[in-house]
Amino acid sequence: MDSQEIKIREYTSVGEVSGPLIVVQGVEGAAYGEVVEIETPSGDKRKGQVLEARSDAAVVQVFEGTSGLDTSGTKVRFTGETMKIPVSVEMLGRFFDGLGRPIDKGPEIISESRYDVNGAPMNPYRREYPNEFIQTGISTIDCMNTLVRGQKLPIFSGSGLPHNELAAQIARQAKVLGKEEQFAVVFAAMGITYEESNFFMKDFEKTGAMERIVAFMNLADDPAIERLITPKMALTTAEYLAFEEDMQVLVILTDMTNYCEALREISASREEVPGRRGYPGYMYTDLAMSYERAGRISGKKGSITQMQILSMPDDDITHPIPDLTGYITEGQFVLSRELHRKGIYPPVDVLPSLSRLMNQGIGAGKTREDHSGVSNQLYSAYAEGRDMRDLVAVVGEEALTDRDKKYLEFADRFEREFVTQDRDENRSIEETLDLGWDLLSMLPERELKRIDDDIIEKYHPKHRS
Amino acid sequence: MAIKGEIIKVAGPLVVADGMRGSTMYEVMRVGEERLLGENIGLEGDKAYIQVYEDTTGIKPGEGVLGTGMPLSASLGPGLLKNIYDGVQRPLMEIAERSGDYIERGLDVSGLDVNKKWDFAPSIAKGEEVKAGQIIGTLPESKVIEHRVLLPPRINGTIKEINEGKFKIDDPIGTLEKSGEETPLYIYHKWPVRIPRPYIEKMEPDEPMITGQRILDVFFPIAKGGTAAIPGGFGTGKTVTQHQLSRWSDTDIIVYVGCGERGNEMTEVLKDFPKLIDPKSGEVLMERTVLIANTSNMPVAAREASVYTGITMAEYYRDMGYKVSLMADSTSRWAEALREISGRMEEMPGEEGFPAYLASRLADFYERAGKVTTLNGKVGSVSVTGAVSPPGGDFSEPVTQNTLRITKVFWALDSSLADRRHFPAINWLRSYSLYAEELSKWFDENVAEDFTSNRKDAMRLLQQESELQEIVQLVGPDALPERERLVLEVARMIREDFLMQNAYHDVDTYCSIEKQYEMLKVILKFHEYASDALGRGISVEKIADLSIRDEVARMKYIPQEGVEMKLKEIYGEMDKEFKELA
Repeated sequence: MDSQEIKIREYTSVGEVSGPLIVVQGVEGAAYGEVVEIETPSGDKRKGQVLEARSDAAVVQVFEGTSGLDTSGTKVRFTGETMKIPVSVEMLGRFFDGLGRPIDKGPEIISESRYDVNGAPMNPYRREYPNEFIQTGISTIDCMNTLVRGQKLPIFSGSGLPHNELAAQIARQAKVLGKEEQFAVVFAAMGITYEESNFFMKDFEKTGAMERIVAFMNLADDPAIERLITPKMALTTAEYLAFEEDMQVLVILTDMTNYCEALREISASREEVPGRRGYPGYMYTDLAMSYERAGRISGKKGSITQMQILSMPDDDITHPIPDLTGYITEGQFVLSRELHRKGIYPPVDVLPSLSRLMNQGIGAGKTREDHSGVSNQLYSAYAEGRDMRDLVAVVGEEALTDRDKKYLEFADRFEREFVTQDRDENRSIEETLDLGWDLLSMLPERELKRIDDDIIEKYHPKHRS
Repeated sequence: MAIKGEIIKVAGPLVVADGMRGSTMYEVMRVGEERLLGENIGLEGDKAYIQVYEDTTGIKPGEGVLGTGMPLSASLGPGLLKNIYDGVQRPLMEIAERSGDYIERGLDVSGLDVNKKWDFAPSIAKGEEVKAGQIIGTLPESKVIEHRVLLPPRINGTIKEINEGKFKIDDPIGTLEKSGEETPLYIYHKWPVRIPRPYIEKMEPDEPMITGQRILDVFFPIAKGGTAAIPGGFGTGKTVTQHQLSRWSDTDIIVYVGCGERGNEMTEVLKDFPKLIDPKSGEVLMERTVLIANTSNMPVAAREASVYTGITMAEYYRDMGYKVSLMADSTSRWAEALREISGRMEEMPGEEGFPAYLASRLADFYERAGKVTTLNGKVGSVSVTGAVSPPGGDFSEPVTQNTLRITKVFWALDSSLADRRHFPAINWLRSYSLYAEELSKWFDENVAEDFTSNRKDAMRLLQQESELQEIVQLVGPDALPERERLVLEVARMIREDFLMQNAYHDVDTYCSIEKQYEMLKVILKFHEYASDALGRGISVEKIADLSIRDEVARMKYIPQEGVEMKLKEIYGEMDKEFKELA
């Protein structure tokens, strides 16, 4: 953009206020995506962004909501800039609101690097394939759905399930084995309650991780439209920390459901043709713009690992929010209400859970050579055991063969011994795999079809002793 | 004369410009001061609706729009192989050199390397009459593919001059004369991506595309020149299946279109293919591959163009007489791009907001597949497999349904199979292949005469199993008669020991068609022996306990070289164990 064109233009010609949108008339040369500053008749300052630029008007979404705006006294200033955020390492240990303004009474962030919050798509040719195993100390993750550095792996949860505890435990325990590196957490809260955000902060504080955290807080009572920009702020900061400051960054985005609700609100106000359940047709693309900002770049030391938390409305995994998320992310952890009711923590249901990048991060030299076989075998045995449970509910346990009874027992022990662990229990991958072998050894050896013979001979407890 | 207009509206990827009278539909436009790449998709009086292939943030009404007079075209020539492109054929390696780790806007990059010199050898002589689409010479493009330089379709005449030697793509290699007019010849030409390349006639596909995947080759084969759809919810293995197809299919050229999918997945292909060895040529897979990557965070309009760019390249190699297969992952993202643009143009929506022309666009795309006699008389084929990502895994949605009406093979991915890690999670009861009958002849002649009858026997067992399972769910397995319990046992062997295949296992990832046949035969032989044993009054428990079953289960891990020997042992052992039962 030429410099002489960045002149500040102010208008008082708001022609229409509708939901979170205003239409400013008679605007010349408003750019698509440009940031505007709005002053209400009472002197409040708000921020907005151009959603549609026409030759005589501009449609603007107002982040802090439109209450108090009118069509005569409201001033709108076009800044000639797209949304930017100053970034620096000074941001570590700091708290910001959903639009990136400090809320911890600390000073403003002053930096020469001001990044466009929308980012630019990473060139797939420059990406480095994620293959470094992250040990979270949680068996259902490490063994069954391994997380690797640079992955984006969401937690699909429901109201009342302990997703926050799980996310905090992962943030606390996650490490790459045998490496000491700069680690940072970027935390973006969208529409979560004060208590929930407090839980995370307390947890981070307890472990002394506070100075490694950048938090962007849009709480439940903050303006809903502001949420649309919060993850972009967080990810821009993460990109800076990872690729300029060589840090290993974990980004936690919670709760994406609230983000999508805000997206739907904007779409409805613009009277767009709705897609499924009223969410806009471009929601997939919009979510991908944020999620795809995870990854590694070849030649750079840092990485961005993303963990999105979303609560599935009515625990429905086919709802558009988890559905579209699952199509973009590299797997998912699914929490189960049934396991939670049984008192099992973490209530990760391994069957619908998945880590797509797992195969790259495990095996000899990374975890252990038996990892893939053990994990596959545990899966199929547990799946079989669960089928038996359904069968028992109909025909009773007597009708089962001995083989089937073994699987039934296996499923129970798997949940009680393997899935269950304490909130601060940090199992090493060896402990996890050995535990897996203990459980598998209750099945006849010939049932272990997913494991190569030589691996069985080396690791099966029967052969080891 | 280039048309010049002015932007009057910007809404996401759609820009409306005024003063555009005279510009044509699907003409490529340069939009705004940054000269972003766009394409006309609607005209109304002086107004043009332009979909822009790059992010439009910062573009203002009042900025200029310039017509280029050309429809969106692909540059077709040597250097496509081993390359990775975005949706409008800009090489990502070149973009990385210019703009670093992220993709900047307004870059004008040539689709083919303009500096590289190629060794061209003409196959025609001066003074010869040449026809459109004729092969005028060859050059080595990669270690395994000879590039046959084609006279562009729609041009003919007499060769006035033709030279041998090293040429860059912009160096003329000769001239063509027609009624006194001279046209320079190059080793490449351009072709508009939305128009199918011409051929002489379409033929009946009669040869299978062998993929090395047991469930596909034996039960639901696709023909070379055929079309297949792979719909499935997330996590069911669409992408892994597509990757496996691109790795192991016995075609000459692979065009892989990553359309609106994950960046890391494209990186996986990029890292893997230069290392993996093609079982056919013995060279690395990259030597025969073209990649198109328009990931989900890249602009939505370019996603729409990416499938056309891909299929045009596929047709180009087909015209050289090659067998080409194209994988599109995922066509749902392409349909969503259509929906987004259509919505911004305020068109009347059809089902679930998709435009009413969705079905015809899908049909146009899949119809570009086929086995054809090319303009130069050679036979070439383009096979298309399209992944579909139905929302919520529900196959009744418009993209899946409209795709199934066109494609002849349906590989139905099933999340309940994926949940128990039965991969490939292709449901054997819902899937179908309309080529199965036509291809039986090929299989029976080229593999073994009882290939088709074995397939039918195995399928019958699987069908029976599903019916029996319903009874088991009600009354338990004990209530079934012995013979039916044996069916359950054998069907389980087919499922676990044959259909399940581990894409990440060194040996199991690829299974030759001969081995596939032998494996199935072993299981059916087991069934034969076991039925016979039942007749002699031996219980199913005893049969199920035979140690030969472990041997059968491990067949899939036998390396190709040792198959024959090992199978002989298995047959011998089977015979022995069943005899001992009596």
